[in-house]
Amino acid sequence: MSRDTALVSADWAEKNLDAPGVVFVEVDEDTTAYDGGHIAGAIKLDWKTDLQDPVRRDFVNKAQFEALLSERGISNDDVVVLYGGNNNWFAAYAYWYFKLYGHGDVKLLDGGRKKWELDARPLVADQVSRPATQYTAQEPDLSIRAFRDEAVAAIGVKNLVDVRSPDEYAGRLLAPAHLPQEQAQRAGHIPTAISVPWSKAANEDGTFKSDDELGKIYGEAGLDGSKDTIAYCRIGERSSHTWFVLKELLGHQNVKNYDGSWTEYGSLVGVPVALGDEPGEA
Amino acid sequence: MTVPITAGCAAPDQAAPLPASLDLEKETVITGIVSAENGEVVPGAYVRLLDSTGEFTAEVVTSPVGQFRFFAAPGTWTLRALSRHGNGDLSVTAGRGINEVAVTVA
Repeated sequence: MSRDTALVSADWAEKNLDAPGVVFVEVDEDTTAYDGGHIAGAIKLDWKTDLQDPVRRDFVNKAQFEALLSERGISNDDVVVLYGGNNNWFAAYAYWYFKLYGHGDVKLLDGGRKKWELDARPLVADQVSRPATQYTAQEPDLSIRAFRDEAVAAIGVKNLVDVRSPDEYAGRLLAPAHLPQEQAQRAGHIPTAISVPWSKAANEDGTFKSDDELGKIYGEAGLDGSKDTIAYCRIGERSSHTWFVLKELLGHQNVKNYDGSWTEYGSLVGVPVALGDEPGEA
Repeated sequence: MTVPITAGCAAPDQAAPLPASLDLEKETVITGIVSAENGEVVPGAYVRLLDSTGEFTAEVVTSPVGQFRFFAAPGTWTLRALSRHGNGDLSVTAGRGINEVAVTVA
């Protein structure tokens, strides 16, 4: 993968709003933004109600994903262009799902909703519906998903990239600073994880930095290109953003997103935890 | 109205009242309004909270009446607002409890 195949610009998007076989999909945790105005023709996916299992702590399985995309009118042959708020966090998360379930052609809109709004590009509040399809997903590609045991086994062995803010990494905050801080789990990070906040990869308008800038950021932070990589954050959406950068933009080979992330790891009994600004010892 | 805590990371409704469960003895709330130079409030502005080294920490979108709110920690922060009308910065030294500020974009 590369920037040319994984990412589209706002200009490209505006020129291809009516292109046959291109489906725009807005993905958010809170879909009131979509309801108030969205890119013309875009359908919505709700990160929580559409993409998470309602009972188990997991995301939708293959059959649920097939049912969702069929009902929303997405075909296997469609080019899916994802965008959203929060600097594309949830859009990047959805992108990772589409890859996990083997969708052929999926792209991220560079800058997402933020750049679109700051550019004063048009948004409409129309109801969008597409005829139902018969979507067929592939078996999940677990080469891009890490589970907790892999995260523990990666300590001192693989690249672990903690993409939360520096204060969350150090254990001074338990959640992003726009959310209340009370939580049950321990604070800190997985020992030997390097700290590269997801935001380092993005310009302030939400677009991704250039490949040269990105390569330099992760290189200087100590990412070893010869090792496999696991990215994590708090609930797996910010690390999808970094997974996208490393795997899809920079073309690193073995990069996994640990979607259990700190809400799982920081609640495990008996695992090592590091506090402070340094990665810590294995 | 409650603020989602463990559910996710999306910005909660910026106009919602503070939840009753919030402990202001412990929380450091930075809240305020984004306005344009002519004094009009700016809804839909992107407000970024940067730490004392200038590192991005969080971002929210202002409410229909220009409000924003962060749950931070005591210390020095920079607020940076981006909007169609222009951008603006403000340095804040916050302590525990509610810290009210105003950011102007131009």
